[in-house]
This record gives sequence, C-alpha cells and structure tokens, in this order.
Amino acid sequence: MIDVKGLKKTFDDQVVLDGIDLNVEKGDVICIVGPSGCGKSTFLRCLTRLEEPTGGQVLLDGEEVTEKGIDDIRARMGMVFQHFNLFPNMTVKRNITLAPVERGLMTQKEADARAMELLERIGLADKADVYPAMLSGGQKQRIAIVRALAMDPEVLLFDEPTSALDPEMVGEVLQLMQDLAREGMTMVVVTHEMGFAREVASRVIFIDEGRIKEEKPPAEFFDHPEHPRLKDFLSKVL
Amino acid sequence: MSAAEKFTQAFLYNDRWMQYLRGVGTTLLVTVIALLIGVVLGTAVALLRTAHDQRRGKSNPFLWLLNGFLHIYVTVIRGTPMMVQLLIMAMVIFASSRNFTLVGALTLGINSGAYVSEIVRGGLMSVDIGQMEAGRSLGLNYMQTMRFVIIPQAIKAVLPALGNEFIILLKDTSLITFIGGKELLYAAQGIMNRTYEAMFPLLIVAAMYLILVMIFTRMLGILERKLRQSDRR
Repeated sequence: MIDVKGLKKTFDDQVVLDGIDLNVEKGDVICIVGPSGCGKSTFLRCLTRLEEPTGGQVLLDGEEVTEKGIDDIRARMGMVFQHFNLFPNMTVKRNITLAPVERGLMTQKEADARAMELLERIGLADKADVYPAMLSGGQKQRIAIVRALAMDPEVLLFDEPTSALDPEMVGEVLQLMQDLAREGMTMVVVTHEMGFAREVASRVIFIDEGRIKEEKPPAEFFDHPEHPRLKDFLSKVL
Repeated sequence: MSAAEKFTQAFLYNDRWMQYLRGVGTTLLVTVIALLIGVVLGTAVALLRTAHDQRRGKSNPFLWLLNGFLHIYVTVIRGTPMMVQLLIMAMVIFASSRNFTLVGALTLGINSGAYVSEIVRGGLMSVDIGQMEAGRSLGLNYMQTMRFVIIPQAIKAVLPALGNEFIILLKDTSLITFIGGKELLYAAQGIMNRTYEAMFPLLIVAAMYLILVMIFTRMLGILERKLRQSDRR
C-alpha cells in the first residue's frame, strides 16, 4: 500500500533521514521506535509531505505522492498528532464533520450521523456539542482519532499519540488504537509505548541516525535484538 | 455672559445642536466607510503577505512582487503622519475634487488598512502551526483551512487590538475637518467662528466623541464575550 524508497530529508546541512526504505501492506501495523531526534516523526511527516522530502520517493498504491494533488492523497491518509490539534473554534461534532463535508464526501446530515456513530463507539456521544477546551487529553486524542476516521482513510499515521497525555489517560487511547488494529486498519505508529508495540504491531522498526537499523516482528525485535544500538536502546527503555 | 448663556449660545440658539448632530452623522459615516476599506484592505494584505511567508519550495514571482509592493504600502503609510497623508490626498492627488468628506474617508481607510494588516498578520501567525497541519492532513486545501480554522481563531485573538484601532480611527475622523470635511469638529469650528467662544463648542464635541467611543467599546465587549464561548471550561 505504501512504498517508501530511499527517503531522504535534510534540514539545512543536518541529515535527518538518510535513505529509508519501507513497505507497508494493507492491514499492517508498523510501530516505529527510536531515540528522540532520530527522525522518526520527520519520517512520518514526510509520508504526507507535512515535511518536504529532500530525496527519494513515497508511493501510495503505486502512485507517487507529490505536491500536486496532495489534498486528495491526504484525504486517504489519516494523521493523528501528539498534541491532538483539534480545532478549538468548533464543537466536537463539527471538528469531525468539517473535512468530510467540505471535501464533498458526505452531506452535513450524513456526516452528522456518522460523527454520532463514531462518538457513540468511543463513548463520547454526550460531548458532541461541547468545545474541545472542555475535554481531557485522553478524550481529545480519541476524538482526534475519530476525526481522522471520519474521512474513511486507507491508512492512519500516528505521531506519538500518547506522549502529551497524563499517564492515567494513555490506556484509553491505546485501547482504541488496539481495537482499530484488530479490525484490520492499516497503521503506522511512532511511539514510545513498547508494550503497545509488542502486543499490537505486525512489525517494529528501529530508526537511529536517520536509517532503519532493525525491522522485525515484535517478539523477535524485543527478545532477540541484533543491532548494538537497538540493544542499548532497549536496555534503557524496557 | 454667564456660563449658562454661553452654553445656550453654543448649543441651543438657532437650533445649533442640529449642526452637531449632522456632524456626528458625518463622523459615523466616515468611520464606517473607512472601517470597511480598512478591514477589507487590511485583511487582504495580511492574507497575501501570510501566504507569501508560508509558501514552500519554489517561490511564486507574482506573489513575491505583490508582497514587495504591499510591504512598501505598509511602510509608507505607517511611516508618515496621518495629517500629511490627508493633505497630500486632498491637495495633490484629488486636488480637483470638492467632496472632501469622501476623500477623507478614503484616506482614513487606506491608512487604517496598513495598521489592520499588521494586526491581522500577527493574529494569523499566532495560531498554532499544528492547526494548519491538522486541517491540511484531513485533505482540506490551504484556502479551506484558512477560512474554517485559522481565520476564525485569528479574529478572536486580534479583536481587542482591532477594537483599539477602530477607536483611533473614529477619533482620527476629526482630522478631515482640516481638509474641509464637514464632520463633528467642523461643526464646532463653524459655531466658534460665529460666537467667538471656544470653550463650550469644544467641550460639547469632546463629550460627543467620548460617548461615541464608549458605545463602540461596549459593542466590542459584547462581541468579544460571544466569541469567547469556545473557551469556557
């Protein structure tokens, strides 16, 4: 579904991504881990051109992702941010329905019904008409996930979705992500939650110094790490 | 002459209060015209300059040129006195026009536009970059994200500063008296010239400006409270 070939990104003269190759198939849950500043968030942001890659290619269903037609590509790739980025000037329901309606996927009525369905599912139907300022971090992030889902994306990208949350709210967000994975949602997740990666991922990727240093199914990844940098990293975080 | 007689002479005699009221009407008309020009012009300038600042990759030569031109506009307008601008407009550019009130309103509008553009630009820049990213990530284009997400938040952020600018604008309408615009202060001057008394006409117009500004401030307060709806926790 997503093919990444030799992806490079430099900021000024600093090399952040130094040739990344990755293949994501439908139904995959890829977890990306690595030390902070290793380029894992930049990698994720390059997939939808929130950052412009300096070199290499990203292909979605065989079609190269370029600046031209980027809005259509983004409509197919949902993005969930560390800081939620809900729109504070709109109610929860409008946050969810804005893009589907403005992009002409649904009428306002259809979108409202779909939003309520999604909110029902995460148990926040009673929050439909409140503004984001009234929600907890965990609630905000779950609504941000639902907002991305409302576009019916082919793949969801998560950029450290639990890093800005209070510890007691991490669980509810991970639970939702796990449910989505079980239902066959294709996901690429940049995370520090090793437990989540071990339990939910189909493959775990370790990025360090702008390169993929290890890529394995989670059991092998955590129990038999090969690369010395990964061994060192795991000894610190586990 | 007693103070009461002087007041009567300045305000009531010959229905002079009508002249003040007509002045208030002109002042409000000029303010509204200048406000409309200022807000439309200022917002357009701010949006274009922000679009230029936020562009990525290859620069668009048209946008670059436009941005340069707008930058000059803002610099010149903010760098020269309002009074000088009025005189240039009335005595040089529109030297043949007798409609001093309209020339004054136009000048004030162009002047206000420069200040409003900087206020709005600051507001647009103050909105968290994550908001634009979230909008674009949902597949909305730049214009849609600006319209539904960025601009509403920017307006709320800049409303106090804009209110301040509008109050300055309202009071600056008094300057068009000096190019012959028949607004509130012009009415007072006419009466001063006939009665050789300065105190009451000036105090009366001062009070009238004050009342106008207070009404204006109150209206802005109500608007701000409405827009704060989404902040309630």
